[in-house]
Amino acid sequence: MFMIFGYPVALLFGQLLLGLINGAFYALLSLGLAIIFGMLNIINFAHGALFMVGAFVAWMLQNYLGLDYWWALILSPLIVGAFAVVLEKTVICRLYRIDHLYGLLLTFGLALILEGLFRNEYGSSGLPYRIPQALSGGANLGFMFMPLYRGWVVLVAVVTCLAVWLVIEKTSIGAKLRAATENPGLVQAFGVNVPRMITLTYAAGVALAAFAGVLAAPIYSVNPNMGSNLIIVVFAVVVIGGMGSILGSIVTGFGLGVAEGLTKVFYPQASATVIFVVMVIVLLARPAGLFGKAA
Amino acid sequence: MFGFSKEQGIAFLLLLILVVVCPFVLYPVFLMNVLCFALLACAFNLLIGYVGLMSFGHAAYFGMGAYVCAYAAKVWGLTPEVCVLLGGITGGLLGVVFGWLAIRRQGIYFAMITLALAQMNYFFCLQAPFTHGEDGIQQVPRGALFGIFSLANDRAMYVFIAVLFLFFFLLIHRIVHSPFGQVLKAIRENEPRATSLGYRTDDYKLIAFILSCFIAGIAGGAKALVFGIATLTDVNFETSGEIVLMTLVGGMGTIFGPGVGALVLKGMENYLAGIGSWVTVVQGCIFVVCVLAFRRGIIGEIGARLKLVL
Repeated sequence: MFMIFGYPVALLFGQLLLGLINGAFYALLSLGLAIIFGMLNIINFAHGALFMVGAFVAWMLQNYLGLDYWWALILSPLIVGAFAVVLEKTVICRLYRIDHLYGLLLTFGLALILEGLFRNEYGSSGLPYRIPQALSGGANLGFMFMPLYRGWVVLVAVVTCLAVWLVIEKTSIGAKLRAATENPGLVQAFGVNVPRMITLTYAAGVALAAFAGVLAAPIYSVNPNMGSNLIIVVFAVVVIGGMGSILGSIVTGFGLGVAEGLTKVFYPQASATVIFVVMVIVLLARPAGLFGKAA
Repeated sequence: MFGFSKEQGIAFLLLLILVVVCPFVLYPVFLMNVLCFALLACAFNLLIGYVGLMSFGHAAYFGMGAYVCAYAAKVWGLTPEVCVLLGGITGGLLGVVFGWLAIRRQGIYFAMITLALAQMNYFFCLQAPFTHGEDGIQQVPRGALFGIFSLANDRAMYVFIAVLFLFFFLLIHRIVHSPFGQVLKAIRENEPRATSLGYRTDDYKLIAFILSCFIAGIAGGAKALVFGIATLTDVNFETSGEIVLMTLVGGMGTIFGPGVGALVLKGMENYLAGIGSWVTVVQGCIFVVCVLAFRRGIIGEIGARLKLVL
């Protein structure tokens, strides 16, 4: 068997792949957080909970309606996104004129409610979700064995992230969005319906989280706590990357996932804390974040 | 005295009477739990209410205080007052490091950084051998105060905790109403202006942060002695959220609010224990309602109605 630095290659690449998968979720979630923060000036603490809801909706679609994974991949983000529209219209829209911290508190409360409801209904032990037929099994790449589904997750996440980046940077909708982030009043004066745009931005960010939740469902068990642990790491990712740049969020997300995966190989005890350690180093060296503009 | 206005003096007298009378009516261990969390919420309120710093990771200082206090009492066999003090110092030292890192960013980022650092601390506690991981440090002896007065009796312990609470409550009040506290409030209102007046705002923020963490550590140590246990629950982020909720319910930036909030939430947990896991949902709902309709909190609302600063 091949060895690199005294570690088997298969182990190294296996952890690298796991790291990429975690990184995919960090990237998808921090991307949504950054878009929402840009438009609403709110840190959506409920993002992790909505990621969890996305996974649960996929599970429900399969168990109650018999709809498979491919349907869930489309329907779950739509359903959770629609729920986000309701949330924004009824609750979150009342926060724009008050201190941003209240947005954090309110969405934290929403996260508690969602997690509590699902925990009451489904317990906290986790529910299994099958890998779809077409993606089960794996491929032998010579240096490692790659489960097909894991490769699929990384691929889809990269494509989705790039698509979001393209929409924001290269289309006219994205241009309006960027303009409204800079100066909502002026954009509204040009005849753009900014309140509707805010609602849809929130829904889109949340739909991304739900999409990530569906992707995660077959890998982790569908579990009411799956979001709350993730969201704190994603906060650290956001602090490291800064929320100013879309591409920055994507790169930071994947990069930190890989860093975490490699730490599992070389120094497993630190794998849970490595992202926080990176955050500390970034705060010392570049307090505004790697891609952030100085505040 | 202590910078109390007349109304605040009356309110403090009421508090004093309550602290003295309650153990004859209610279960002392419940009251001690309330007092420990009230102290913790007061420490948190020192930051959010008077400096405008939102620390979402106060469980770290509370929990580490609890661990070190429990360890000192059980393994080293030190007397309770020394153990609690060690808990406070631990909280304070952790506050030096975390505060020094976190004050580099403002507002919402500050909250996220403190939360992330607290989570890092949680993973440390999960793996470090002295915390005994999932089991926690159990069967911590309460010991004898100054090596003389045994605290094994709940009433005796209550007196110790009540004195501790009142001392630090008055200390916080004194800090807030000192010239130092005035600068803190200036930073809360307008930091660039405070800077332009020649104050090193970062130093003031850091000192306030360390003080708050020290008192949080004291509260944690006291709690560890009351229940004889220090566990991962004390350091996890649900506890951090609960602290925020207590302060929000009672009233941010009021002196008596955090204590009232602690009483309300701990009372709810105690008397609504029958609804089990619904407690999280209820807490979430309280968060949402408070933020939407009740931002001043209980004491803040009473104060606003009566046109008083409580």
